[in-house]
Amino acid sequence: MNRTRGTGPVVDVRGLRREFVVRTAAGRLRRQRRVVRAVDDVTFALRRGETVGYIGANGAGKSTTIKMLTGILTPTAGEVRTCGLHPVQQRRTLARHIGVVFGQRSQLWWDLPLRDSLRILAALHRLPPAQAREREAELVDRLELGAFLDQPVRQLSLGQRMRGEVAAALLHSPDLIVLDEPTVGLDVLSKERLRVFLREEHAAHGRTLLLTTHDMDDVERLCERLLVVDRGRLVYDGDIAGLVARVGARRVLVVDLAEPSGALEAVVAAVPGSTLLGVEAGGLRQRIAFSPAAVTAADLLAAVTRVAPVRDLSIEEPDIEDVVRRLYESTGR
Amino acid sequence: MADRPSALAAYRALVGSRVRSQLAYRTSFGIDVVSSLILACAELAEVYVLFHNLDVLGGLDLRAALLVFGLSHLGFALANAVAGTLDTMPVYVRTGTLDVLLLRPQPLLTQVLAGDVMLKRLGGASVGLVTLLAALGAQDVDWTPARVVLLVTTPLSAAVVFAALFVAAGAVQFWLVEAAEVTNSFTYGSAYASSFSSAVLPAPLRLVFAFVVPAAFTAYLPTLALLGLPGPPWLPGWLGWCSPLVAVLAWLAAMGLWRLGIRHYTGAGG
Repeated sequence: MNRTRGTGPVVDVRGLRREFVVRTAAGRLRRQRRVVRAVDDVTFALRRGETVGYIGANGAGKSTTIKMLTGILTPTAGEVRTCGLHPVQQRRTLARHIGVVFGQRSQLWWDLPLRDSLRILAALHRLPPAQAREREAELVDRLELGAFLDQPVRQLSLGQRMRGEVAAALLHSPDLIVLDEPTVGLDVLSKERLRVFLREEHAAHGRTLLLTTHDMDDVERLCERLLVVDRGRLVYDGDIAGLVARVGARRVLVVDLAEPSGALEAVVAAVPGSTLLGVEAGGLRQRIAFSPAAVTAADLLAAVTRVAPVRDLSIEEPDIEDVVRRLYESTGR
Repeated sequence: MADRPSALAAYRALVGSRVRSQLAYRTSFGIDVVSSLILACAELAEVYVLFHNLDVLGGLDLRAALLVFGLSHLGFALANAVAGTLDTMPVYVRTGTLDVLLLRPQPLLTQVLAGDVMLKRLGGASVGLVTLLAALGAQDVDWTPARVVLLVTTPLSAAVVFAALFVAAGAVQFWLVEAAEVTNSFTYGSAYASSFSSAVLPAPLRLVFAFVVPAAFTAYLPTLALLGLPGPPWLPGWLGWCSPLVAVLAWLAAMGLWRLGIRHYTGAGG
């Protein structure tokens, strides 16, 4: 079946804005009416087959944007086309072309076996039986659902349920896959398995992938392109390398010292590209951010050791929150 | 898209799965059915107690009153099994289930109704049906083909009217998110008002429960039409013949309200 709709962008958003009215008590009876802009003048387009991370702090407007792309919410102003369709007016037609996974809410029937949920969804999407069987078998195989396909969903672990959710969202082979925090709460193995699947799904079928996440690994493993939003506005649109070049990718060396020591200001002053982030436990634990381009972890550690003996250490990878925070800072927040 | 199965197959699958999952927990299902039976029997006892002390109430004798009771309960139980889930609209909104349903290529209301058919609520239907049959057996109805049609269509019209009330109450909750108490008193209150003669109500209330909330059209007025009774002032008995029409109008009004509710939810206006 031909599911493509022209060759235009899969998502085309222009001047998108969404306002909410917030009413707060002001005095005994009066209520104050305040208009909050959750999404403010956002413009971007997603080409067919792109993999895009939609990143921002909590409350930055990510979910609101996704709701407008998928037809759950009407924009206050601006234009949205998803798969060439008007999301709210053509919601039911659009539903055949998009698959949405919400990490925090389920579209499976909790008291039914996963297999039954998939069958019902195939029927709701009116998939021809042969096609539905073939696709179900493919998803069961690639997401490794076979072992728990006949268990009621309420008995599944979070990781198993998430894989079931993904199968449910992709059963009708959508052009655009939207994932809202798909890996939140999953263990490392489950996260990895999900990422591998999504990469394969993208490579094999050229599907467009749009995901919101707080997980830097998700971004690095899955997204060619990043859209960063801050307080409703789009503040970055480009690849990860560009983002890192703009704000610098800092890693953090955490050292546990053998004896309490004063803040290691002298060390960071001597080592280029390093800053002291914090001192904990009365100087026993200190956190130093460093830029790998300027100094190696080994050299920094050596510099610390010269001042105070180190008992233990760990290195934290840059997390998306940190990168976004520094991007916000660099844009003058 | 001739190769696509019909949407009907989808709802068959959905309703079938709900029925299976309810029957899977037999004890709990049995308890639910029995408790709804007890509730309906208690209400039936109330009618019996009333007529133990009175010969006629609101222009109806015991046999006619039981006919009203049976029609009302049968219709309401059918509607409650299909549309009673709309009581819990705030839960759908709060848990985000509504968003999930909006992302499927089927109408929202059909999904909500098909997704939570409650067989246990049919317990009340069996009490209604038995009462109805017993009351008919005791009546001397002057049967005409038209009256047979009216008798058969009345529980269906009543079910449509009550379902429309559930839909309207569900739609209102898009605006008033924590108003389940209010809307419940509206749906269950109407059901209660429909289970006895409207003639006992003061005239203004009688008109409200006929022409604003068409509860009188579910059982009382059809009973008057079946028995050829004249009816109280402002409610002539022939109105009972209009029940199917009133059901259609009530459903259309409820659908309009539901659409407005969805538009409000998606922020498109309202």
